[in-house]
Amino acid sequence: MSEPLLDIRDLRISFRGPDGTWSEALRGVDLSLERGGVLGVVGESGSGKSIAMMAFLQLLPRGARISGSARFNGEELIGMAPSRIRQIRGKNIGCIFQDPLSAFNPVLTIGSQIAEAIRLHDRSVSRREALKEAERLFEMVSIPQPARRVRQYPHEFSGGMRQRAMIAMALANRPELIIADEPTTALDVTVQAQILDLLADLRKELGIGLVMITHDLGVVAGIADEIAVMYGGKVVERGPTDPVFYDTAHPYTAGLIGAVPTLEGTGALRQIPGTPPSIFTRPQGCSFNPRCERAEAVCLREDPPFAVHGRTSCACHFPLGPSLRVVGS
Amino acid sequence: MLAYIVRRLISIPFLLLGVASVSFLLSQMTKGDPLAALVPERMMSNPEIVEAVKAEWGLDKPLPVRYVRYLGNLIQGDLGTSFSTRRPVATDIAERLPATLELVIAAMIIGTALGLCLGLLSARFRGSAFDSLARIFALIGSSLPIFWSGLILLYLLSVRIALVPGTGRLPPRVQPPPTHTGLYTIDALIAGDISLFWQALAHLALPAFVLGWAVTGIITRLVRSSLIEGLGQDYARTARAKGAPERVVLIGHALPNAMIPLLTILGFTFAYLITGAVLTEAIFSWPGIGSYAVRAAASLDYPAIGGVTIVGSVAFLLANLLTDIAYAWANPRIKVH
Ligand SMILES: Nc1ncnc2c1ncn2[C@@H]1O[C@H](COP(=O)(O)OP(=O)(O)OP(=O)(O)O)[C@@H](O)[C@H]1O
Ligand SMILES: [Mg+2]
Repeated sequence: MSEPLLDIRDLRISFRGPDGTWSEALRGVDLSLERGGVLGVVGESGSGKSIAMMAFLQLLPRGARISGSARFNGEELIGMAPSRIRQIRGKNIGCIFQDPLSAFNPVLTIGSQIAEAIRLHDRSVSRREALKEAERLFEMVSIPQPARRVRQYPHEFSGGMRQRAMIAMALANRPELIIADEPTTALDVTVQAQILDLLADLRKELGIGLVMITHDLGVVAGIADEIAVMYGGKVVERGPTDPVFYDTAHPYTAGLIGAVPTLEGTGALRQIPGTPPSIFTRPQGCSFNPRCERAEAVCLREDPPFAVHGRTSCACHFPLGPSLRVVGS
Repeated sequence: MLAYIVRRLISIPFLLLGVASVSFLLSQMTKGDPLAALVPERMMSNPEIVEAVKAEWGLDKPLPVRYVRYLGNLIQGDLGTSFSTRRPVATDIAERLPATLELVIAAMIIGTALGLCLGLLSARFRGSAFDSLARIFALIGSSLPIFWSGLILLYLLSVRIALVPGTGRLPPRVQPPPTHTGLYTIDALIAGDISLFWQALAHLALPAFVLGWAVTGIITRLVRSSLIEGLGQDYARTARAKGAPERVVLIGHALPNAMIPLLTILGFTFAYLITGAVLTEAIFSWPGIGSYAVRAAASLDYPAIGGVTIVGSVAFLLANLLTDIAYAWANPRIKVH
């Protein structure tokens, strides 16, 4: 078996709280992605999806304590020298962020920001050539009138066009991996689908691996090969996309599936009751226990281990059996 | 944009009429007798002479008449005749304005350059010893009164160790360069006289530094805090995710954003420098508008006071207009109509 493109083992991140004590925001996360594959990372707000990705790119604010391993093409990223990680950022790993308005610099033209992405990694490219390349990238992501558009500022773009430009910027150096952190959350529903299609098509065409972070299982259902569901700083369920949807083992995943709008639109959406825990007030035992219908005494005492269960793996004392399938019920 | 600038320029004369009226009325309300400047002390007891002088300078007319006449002359560009120099105020000012301009421009350059550099380095190495030193340096500049820092530095750097020449614009008996701009440094360069240029620059250095130091603090603090704010913004994270080193994030991304608040305070800074120039000129015997204003105020020379006020207002209004233009230029989100 060939080496995975990205292989994360036991990744842990702690932040110092206001009272000076350290709290673990990420509590031992394992994830891996094959070359050219798509991994969906799903979970509610605060589950640690973003910090997991920012950690190995060394983009977390100073003061975060990180341990564990994250290998990219076999090369360890955790603790890597800043000069080396800078070569990888933007060149081998591209990023797409949630809010394209604040993610672009408001006082620089979009074209110059894309040109910068190119020239940061290849000094031999002139500004003019880089701007020409930005135009070609605009064509690739179907932004009309690229020659005019590259000279415009972020505020002159619509939300959808801005996110297309963001995708163009992430693709600028033909990376092997793209990390898209909720790329459609800030967009209108109609635009969301277009952006998702564009991203899926381009990455397939270029053979780029994709980590798609979202709190909406529906977003990754169509494009992910594998799905990892995160809750309270841990991966609580992981497996190929189909089993995660149809042989769901973790009650939290089942709750998320209930929250996915279906095309038929029949029946009210089921929400998971309660709110996710903060890293400073995490409950004893399984961190999902306050919201779980199946919780028993053991769930309040012991954090469940991660184990294979049917066609997926999950961390639950009382996983759902095949008979308890949620979809279609 | 052009229409906007023209509109602003058209409004300036009207604003000036307002300024002139206020300054005229205020000066009429002050206690004190301008005749002291016009009539020698020993002739004060002679009512005939006093009346003659009053009539000559129009001081015998009632206030409304004098006001209308003053504004009428003003519209024709006549600022009146100074009580003490007995020359047209406009001529006096034209002669002295370049000295002040040279001082204020140099101070502006020093203050801004110093503030930018200190702010950039403080933001880059925030929390370091350098950051604290820069903060102290900036704080001293903005809290020390100019007459104090000016005198101390003049004493230390000129009297004690002779690092810089003393007061004035040039050494005594040195001929100024032929006038083109009235700024000795520039005129010396135009004349191709390099040694004269260095002499003028050496005389300019200390007063310009004293004046510029006073505004370094506010600029340093503003630049530092805007940059640090910028480094925490999403666009900075995007730049880092593209592989930009911290230096590029700071100078290429945070700095262009910091220019917007910086340009906004440069207008206020300029106004502060104009006021500060009065003290600086007095300390360094700088023959500019400031020392002229001090003398005019001391002798209740109304025409001179009015003239200085108007020139100061013009400078202030133009600086504000320039600030607005620069602001619109630095901020692509602003569309001026
Ligand atoms: N700089 C920080 N200092 C302290 N805590 C932090 C910091 N950054 C993140 N956290 C905490 O880490 C947890 C995970 O944050 P993260 O941003 O990864 O969530 P997320 O899953 O991406 O959620 P969202 O959907 O809101 O983006 C949160 O509870 C957050 O409060
Ligand atoms: Mg997030």
